[in-house]
Amino acid sequence: MRKVAIVGVGHSGFRSMTPDMSYKELMYEAAAKAYEDAGVDPRRDVESFVSVAEDFNEGTSIFDEYVPDQIGGVLKPVHTISAEGIHGLIAAYMQVLTGAMDIVMVEAHSKASNILTLSDVVAYAMDPIYNRPLRANPLFIAGMEMNRYLYETGTIEEQCAKVVVKNRGNGFLNPSAAYGASLTMDLVMTSEMISYPLKRLEISSHADGAIVMVLASGDAAEELTDLPIWIRGVGWCNETPSLETRDWEGAIYARKSAELAYRMAGIRNPRLEIDFAEVDDTFAYKELQHMEALLLCRDGEAGFLVEEGATELDGELPINPSGGSLGVGHLLDASGLGRVLEVVMQLRGEAGQRQLEDVETGLAFGWRGIPTTSGAAVVLSI
Amino acid sequence: MGMRKVAVVGAGMTKFMRRAQETGRELAYQASKMALDSCEMTLDDIDCVALGSAPDAFDGLHMKGEYLSDGAGAWHKPYMRSYVGGGTGVFAAIQGWYHVASGLFDTCLVVCEEKMSSCKPHPQSAFLTIFDHTTERPLKPNLVWIFALEMNRYMTVHGLEKKDIAQVAVKNKRNALDHPCAQVAADITVEDVLNSEVLAWPVQRLDISPTSDGAVAMVLAAEHVAKRITDKPVWIRGVGWSLDTAYWTNRDLYYPKYVEYAARMAYDMAGIKEPRKEIHIVEPYDPFDYKELHHLEGLLLADKGEAPRLTADGVTARDGNMPVCPSGGLLGVGNPIAAAGLMKVSELFWQLRGEAGKRQVPGRPRTGLAQSWGDLMQVGCVVILGV
Amino acid sequence: MSANVETFPGTPLSQADFDEGKILTTHWIPKLDYGWDAGVAISRYLAELKNGRIVGIRCQRCRRIVVPPRVVCEWCWEPMDEWTYLEDSGTVNTFSICYIRWDASRAKEPQIPAVIEIDGASKGAGILHLLEEVNPEDVRIGMKVEAVRKPAEERTGSITDIKYFKPI
Repeated sequence: MRKVAIVGVGHSGFRSMTPDMSYKELMYEAAAKAYEDAGVDPRRDVESFVSVAEDFNEGTSIFDEYVPDQIGGVLKPVHTISAEGIHGLIAAYMQVLTGAMDIVMVEAHSKASNILTLSDVVAYAMDPIYNRPLRANPLFIAGMEMNRYLYETGTIEEQCAKVVVKNRGNGFLNPSAAYGASLTMDLVMTSEMISYPLKRLEISSHADGAIVMVLASGDAAEELTDLPIWIRGVGWCNETPSLETRDWEGAIYARKSAELAYRMAGIRNPRLEIDFAEVDDTFAYKELQHMEALLLCRDGEAGFLVEEGATELDGELPINPSGGSLGVGHLLDASGLGRVLEVVMQLRGEAGQRQLEDVETGLAFGWRGIPTTSGAAVVLSI
Repeated sequence: MGMRKVAVVGAGMTKFMRRAQETGRELAYQASKMALDSCEMTLDDIDCVALGSAPDAFDGLHMKGEYLSDGAGAWHKPYMRSYVGGGTGVFAAIQGWYHVASGLFDTCLVVCEEKMSSCKPHPQSAFLTIFDHTTERPLKPNLVWIFALEMNRYMTVHGLEKKDIAQVAVKNKRNALDHPCAQVAADITVEDVLNSEVLAWPVQRLDISPTSDGAVAMVLAAEHVAKRITDKPVWIRGVGWSLDTAYWTNRDLYYPKYVEYAARMAYDMAGIKEPRKEIHIVEPYDPFDYKELHHLEGLLLADKGEAPRLTADGVTARDGNMPVCPSGGLLGVGNPIAAAGLMKVSELFWQLRGEAGKRQVPGRPRTGLAQSWGDLMQVGCVVILGV
Repeated sequence: MSANVETFPGTPLSQADFDEGKILTTHWIPKLDYGWDAGVAISRYLAELKNGRIVGIRCQRCRRIVVPPRVVCEWCWEPMDEWTYLEDSGTVNTFSICYIRWDASRAKEPQIPAVIEIDGASKGAGILHLLEEVNPEDVRIGMKVEAVRKPAEERTGSITDIKYFKPI
């Protein structure tokens, strides 16, 4: 099978609002930087372009239309994947694997600040016959799942709060993060109860920004860069969208994504072979639940690990050194690509104050958020 | 080329209807089940699922790919939704192709579904939102504008008359009389088209396809698996796709360059040097009658401005030298956007296996081309199938 | 489908089914409000429309002048920042005479949408707008037209600051 690597990344930085730039301009900035980083000319070298977008996040139907110009894809193969950023990366990866193309790019972005009724948009994703008529704020889904997760695993609320302190703190060391902050456990534990037991500070705030990555096949990758970041394995999975029949405990979509990715990467003991991970933390408890589902620790152990500091930057298994969605800002479907971005920066040694030592293999995992059970994982190595 | 060979081994579809009782999920299920049954496979045999569906605005659902996943057999499977507007139907087959050609999977279920009827006051109203939110939407454009603008440009540049174009509607609606799932099959004349209500000149009511509900699914398999499943795998010989600039008002709409680029990519991959000789059946996207002609030219199967003459000469009839839309196309079968595109690929699948019943193109065709189109007169997606 | 298959799934409904109350439905009117940031290029475009001018932008490499303006030339992949004022007149590239509204209802008076190539921009560079003060039968591709604007105090920085184009 062909080897494929990430040879260029670019992003526009992540801020709570970006009133000076349209989405096209954000995408252009990220794309220009990524192509510069990779040393490619999109008009000449990039053979396929994958864009990640959902109509209702943009406020435009067939958003695909508005993509090619600012990523250099006019009159070239361009398509949209309506899924998570990492799904988009995987679509690009598969295209290179076919052998039909050597250099493919993927972009994802968020203009969450432009969605004035974001909560209604999220509610619009709920089943129109069984769930929407209840007219409940969709955050109840996260509250219910967190409740069940704590019950099943014995994890306590304080451990979830610790995730917030850690990630917002990591965000402080991340110049592109929107929500770096020095919080205390007390502040988090006493923040407003939004949907029991989920508290306001445990919910990541949204941010705007764009991320672009360039993938290349083995030979092309080695020509373009001295430090290609190799994709060793990918996995993705859907459980069920139904609230009534889904599994509320174990994030099965994450478990199965990881199984597929590890198998492809030849990883038998993820706890030992993965040096660090960027996993979705849209809600604080999600980081713990995902850690367990991704087999980075045993069920019920994640809470203890964060409590002991094992997942801090200087711990034995750093989780979300970027700050995750809690620290960087939730980038809607681009969040997963934000996780991949940090893994790439860390493996390249370009993570500045957050730089982890001696890291060779990282895992990135994204989740599409409520009300979905859809996730995707990628294992990267130098 | 060294690429993994991928075949279509099964296909299924629902009727195309103005309004179906079934939910989108149920439509997806019906088509998927039929596709699996057609090649005696079960969901356990399916490694991954690729779904294509066009605007979420029709269904009144955000992230409708997630909502549909259960109906598309994606429970506990790798699942992704691709979306290129009207091009989605044929693109979904391409998406399924790269899933299997990548070597990661041996089988893929490709599902396309559309339920337009849920959108009120009329599905057409959802198309207001495809226009640029700042520079165009304040003018309250509607979808028919953009077709009319393109049709007018095409006709004026080539000096065509409505009657040259209307014959396509007549041909396709008549072809569709032989399609059991057809929504608007009819025996009409060019006069009927010319006398029908003017919607947005030069577009008249009988020039256009209806809004529809429907779903189509197909099963793709890698070579070694395909040969086990069926005696008659239909190989995906080439794929291509291309997206033109969003600034459609800066383009000359008389010719779909993006279709040409997509076609060239597919012809290259398939090793086809003389498409007019080597392509035996063509299923271009025909949401409006002039589009069939426009696309035939973009596919390099007719010289610019010459496609109407081919039609008039009977070359594109089902028993002609180059049958075009033997299925009845969107004009005859219906237009549940994404499902319509995949219907064309399925039609080729059945035609090339000699299973198209009354619609069968004579002479044992061996190679077929399906093309879809979408966005703001922007995307071309081409799949070439062969036995 | 396979010539072997006889029946196809799908249950078509008719208007009568609904009128007779045989079908259960749910309704939902979503609250979908967006405030799109116009960004660098379009903000200038809108501001100039408010001032009563159409502004385009030029690519230094391919020397195209395009409208609506954008920050990158999609052909050359070069940043564009040479703002160029364009004329108020243009040529009709294509048009339609439309009798249905955006919600598919019938209109008594037709609208005439058109792509108008703006003078001063490169050939083919046009914008979408409406034609008025003209008989539908008289509209031609290639016709020369000019912009008719709202009075300055009514302009808000929108494409509708130009009310329509009319024949010169």
